[in-house]
Amino acid sequence: MNKFWTIVGHTYFSRVKTKSFIITTAITLTIIIGFANLPSILEMLSSDDESDQVLVMDESEIYSSYLQEDEIIGETGITFENFEGTEEAAKQAVIDEKYDGLLIITTDENSLPEGSYYANRISEMGEQVEIEQALQQLKTIVGTQEAGIDQETLATIYAPVTLATEQLDDSARTAEEMNQSRGLVYVMLFVLYMTVLVYGQMIATDVATEKSSRVMEILISSAPPITHMFAKIIGIAFLGLTQVIILLGGGYFAIQANQDTMSGEFFEVMGLTNNDPVIYIYAVVFFILGYLLYATLAAMLGSLVSRIEDVNQLIMPMIMLIIIAFILAATGLSMPESTMITVTSYIPFFAPMIMFLRIGMLNIPIWEIALSIGILVLTIVAIGALAARVYKGGVLMYGKSGSLKDLKRAINLSKKE
Amino acid sequence: MLKLSNVTKRFGNHTAVNDLSLEIPESEMFGFLGGNGAGKTTTFRMILGLLDKTSGDITWQGKPISYNESHLIGYLPEERGLYPKLTVKEQIIYLGRLRGMKKQDILKKLDEWLERFKVPEYLDKKVQELSKGNQQKIQFISAVIHEPELLILDEPFSGLDPVNVEMLKGAVKDLKNQGTSIVFSSHQMEHVEEMCQHICILQKGAPIVHGSLRDIKHSFGKKNLDIRADFSTEYLKEFRGVASYKELPDGCTLQIENEQAAQDIFSSLHEKGFVRKFEIEEPSLNDIFIAKVGASYE
Repeated sequence: MNKFWTIVGHTYFSRVKTKSFIITTAITLTIIIGFANLPSILEMLSSDDESDQVLVMDESEIYSSYLQEDEIIGETGITFENFEGTEEAAKQAVIDEKYDGLLIITTDENSLPEGSYYANRISEMGEQVEIEQALQQLKTIVGTQEAGIDQETLATIYAPVTLATEQLDDSARTAEEMNQSRGLVYVMLFVLYMTVLVYGQMIATDVATEKSSRVMEILISSAPPITHMFAKIIGIAFLGLTQVIILLGGGYFAIQANQDTMSGEFFEVMGLTNNDPVIYIYAVVFFILGYLLYATLAAMLGSLVSRIEDVNQLIMPMIMLIIIAFILAATGLSMPESTMITVTSYIPFFAPMIMFLRIGMLNIPIWEIALSIGILVLTIVAIGALAARVYKGGVLMYGKSGSLKDLKRAINLSKKE
Repeated sequence: MLKLSNVTKRFGNHTAVNDLSLEIPESEMFGFLGGNGAGKTTTFRMILGLLDKTSGDITWQGKPISYNESHLIGYLPEERGLYPKLTVKEQIIYLGRLRGMKKQDILKKLDEWLERFKVPEYLDKKVQELSKGNQQKIQFISAVIHEPELLILDEPFSGLDPVNVEMLKGAVKDLKNQGTSIVFSSHQMEHVEEMCQHICILQKGAPIVHGSLRDIKHSFGKKNLDIRADFSTEYLKEFRGVASYKELPDGCTLQIENEQAAQDIFSSLHEKGFVRKFEIEEPSLNDIFIAKVGASYE
């Protein structure tokens, strides 16, 4: 057991001290804090952006007075200014950049307003979208008045309809509950995905490094390969934990500090408040199991490689698995009850993400959860046993490598004959 | 005593070690010889438990070797390996702790060893900054820092300059005198000849010569005869009892079947003229190796 912790400690400290670890953590933390402060940053950048000023030429002279009304100005953020004079003079004012644009309003055959807009540059996302909106509103106002409908009646018609919803099946999650857990499921999916990608790779690289520098033979003559393998997995887990705590902690405080500038409470929007505490326990359980499964795979694959350059090639199948799991889960967020999601929630490579998603989004019976966890644990034990065999032979195997055929060679090497 | 009884290792259809039985006495140096691919490293790996043996038993002091005894065993693998990016100190502390040592003891021992190898300034250097020879010294320290009872050295002197070879040899001899049992393999016969009491020559996984060096030389029978004379010795090529003949400018070197042949040659030379030198030499281990291993290649 002592040797186990010696290896765990060595794995952890030799990584945590490296420049690459410190720099990656610092950069990620900066990005997270940056995101948390995004609203204030955006506000700072856009504060000097003045509202657009548009000249209006109006034949009928009644439309422009509507355009001055708060209703329209408030919604579009454009200041309309009447222009007395020739069209050419008005266009010249726009060319001279005294104004952002020129709107000429005419009346069509139905006695409704229509317009032409002139600006130095017309871009898709420019102010003409707002101009069009303003014109549309103007048309509605004018049109309804022509038809003899007063503004109040119009407002009543346009008011949003009320639709009361009530679920008759008590076991199903309410929409509100679903939304609440959606945030948590998202966080879990993403963290597990990143963890497997980053730390799985790290484990495989670490094993390959020890093999390629040939220090492995000394290591496994001092401690059993199985001890070595699992100590490595746990060591990297602690490393990941350190990084995640720094990032989540930093993120939490950054968001807390910016609570008021953010629209609405961030944690509430993300659904990270009022969750059932049980779901957090499931999150931890599935996260640990998911990590163990993929980390064991990574260690096994890493032990087959003799050169660090070949690591990526060999862990590719594992990366594909986690990507598939992630895509399935991302799709499942919008349709958690589909057959595909139900089936894949029992497949061990996908279960950590997808069963957790179902737990979060649906009300599923406990035996289904137990079954999925059971299959997952059995798979981890089976892969652990296989990985231990492969590892024992793989770490002594040198020469050409880079395919899964080496699995067989490694097992043969660890066998008695 | 390290005892191997009927140890066999098969990789699929290939038999790497075939029914090998050895007794390696305590506080002695045992030489393990063999051509490339003869099964030396596989045998070492089985002794250390890195590979499972197909059949047979390996015991140290009467007990099978497991990882619980790993603090009693030191190993210098043929393929040298250290962490290139760690300093000598970090490296040895880690490897020493894996052999069950405490940090303070490791540092004390490490200082002594670096002092002995005249490289105390390497303590805080990264391994990748050291020359190959110096890396090997560090590797050697990592194998012996925990004062093992049984030390396995796979090609310990390969790739070293003569000064460093002498330095390492001295260290190995001192360890032996302190009671360490040492098994070592080498291609350099003169090292084995100089240091070992018992040897074993492996050929395709089976021992073809095994026993004390003196007995082996004695029972080999063939001896070398060195002759310097003022007349041509070419007629000795066909002489009875001469196994091989090598012409020299002022004489020849012969390999003879037995001492009787030497006596016959001596009396025949006596009649021919003046003989400046006539010397019977014990066969070298190199001769024995070439004769035994070479013969089975043919």
